[in-house]
Amino acid sequence: MNAIIDYFKELFKGIKTLLTGMKVTGYYFVHPKEIITQQYPENRKKLKMFDRFKGEVTMPHDENNQHKCTACSICEINCPNGSIEVISKQVEKADGKMKKELDTYIYKLSMCTFCGLCIKVCPQDAIVFSQGFEHAVFNKEKLIKTLNQPGSSLKEKVKE
Amino acid sequence: MEDLIIDNNTIQEEEYIINMGPQHPSTHGVLRFKVSLKGETVLNVQPHCGYIHRGIEKMCERLTYPQIIHLTDRMDYLSAHINNEAVCLLVENALQIEVPERVKYVRTILSELTRLASHQLWWCAFGMDLGALTTYFYGLRDREPILDIFEETTGARLLQSYNTPGGLMNDIHPNFIKRVKDYIVYFRKKLPEYDELLTGNVILQERTNDIGFLTLEDAISYGVTGPSGRASGFACDVRKHHPYSAYDKVDFKEILYTKGDTFHRYKARVEEMWESLKIIEQLIDNIPDGDFTVKMKPIIRLPEGEYYQRVEAARGEFGVYILSRGEKYPYRAKFRSPNFSNLSAINLLSAGHKIADLVAISGSLDLVIPDIDR
Repeated sequence: MNAIIDYFKELFKGIKTLLTGMKVTGYYFVHPKEIITQQYPENRKKLKMFDRFKGEVTMPHDENNQHKCTACSICEINCPNGSIEVISKQVEKADGKMKKELDTYIYKLSMCTFCGLCIKVCPQDAIVFSQGFEHAVFNKEKLIKTLNQPGSSLKEKVKE
Repeated sequence: MEDLIIDNNTIQEEEYIINMGPQHPSTHGVLRFKVSLKGETVLNVQPHCGYIHRGIEKMCERLTYPQIIHLTDRMDYLSAHINNEAVCLLVENALQIEVPERVKYVRTILSELTRLASHQLWWCAFGMDLGALTTYFYGLRDREPILDIFEETTGARLLQSYNTPGGLMNDIHPNFIKRVKDYIVYFRKKLPEYDELLTGNVILQERTNDIGFLTLEDAISYGVTGPSGRASGFACDVRKHHPYSAYDKVDFKEILYTKGDTFHRYKARVEEMWESLKIIEQLIDNIPDGDFTVKMKPIIRLPEGEYYQRVEAARGEFGVYILSRGEKYPYRAKFRSPNFSNLSAINLLSAGHKIADLVAISGSLDLVIPDIDR
């Protein structure tokens, strides 16, 4: 007899605990406004990432197509994965002196781990993180990017 | 023809060996359990690890100290910030640099947020292992605001790399304090839902109570740390016993249970979430002003010698050992990852139980596979 009573006790205890859980799910069923799902591909136009979001490394250019990179390759030395390659060239200046200038700044997005060391160590603040996060492409070669735009040159420092 | 005649008597006597994994929903990564069964009873579990071994310790020998930090993210990815902190503390202690109070406070707050996010993800995944898919959505719902806080301040949701030797990458975002305060108010309301949904649930109770006992002696001899060890009464909280950063300034309780079964490992983690909230509450109002980093030399060289630093990661004690010969690279780096030690006890825990209990036991140990393989 006791066994039967225990059986029913267990049964009702089980149903009670299940109903306790159902209470929580039921609450959200009738309060759909408290659910915070983001409809991702639909909200692409409105979606704004945080300013510091580490999307990918970019080199900002101003309106004269000038950047700040002096090709010192500190970023290349500090990169733990070898995803940055700075190729420099010697250019003869107007006063006849030879000066090192940036030729190509190669950034391999496929190798980057977004640790942010390159941007932290850059003495000129020539590279920054952009907020783009949609990196999917059809082949791997597209992930090797040249950051300096064609025909760009070094922005001369304005002496204060 | 005679080979095909199956003798029922001998079959029952034999061990039956199956593989659980390498890809199995309840292992959350690439881990293979070689399970010997007798009927449905587990006789022996042999974990086979190494599927995602990347040789992080070897890679560290060719990387400078600031560069090592981003690799420690990739071990226990759910307590990435805490792992970063371990390397930074080691370098700072070796060079005898005193970091500003502000850095200590921010590091502690972010560590506790990491622990919260980690335990939330564990909670929802544990429910899912036991067949309660609903918990997954509730856990991830509460984890999302934490990841937003991280994204705003550190720039990344999971693998932050926010610590550097000597401080932090950036100062905290102006919205940081307000967001964290809002979150504490929000999560204090939502955490009781966890108990309502899962803790009292009859299915969870039946599947976890009195399953997978770990005695205090075994916990110590196998090195099971973190909430899993504390559920067996092993007082191993590094935050409490060897305080680092700002943990000596806060008042919190070390969650200790003595029973050591699967349910108490579950309970220890849920209770730790309350303690984490308490720690953040005490610190968030008193973040002192000051610099967010001290100026370090461009090339950091540790003095010759051996160094060890331990921190309390979300799953247990995380340790970094570095042998330096005065170069800018470590001569040898060794990481003591909590999950590897916790995994070693799985045979002890699950032998004699049913195979379905193995899922509950491995879930309650909260294994993160990249941390095991490194």
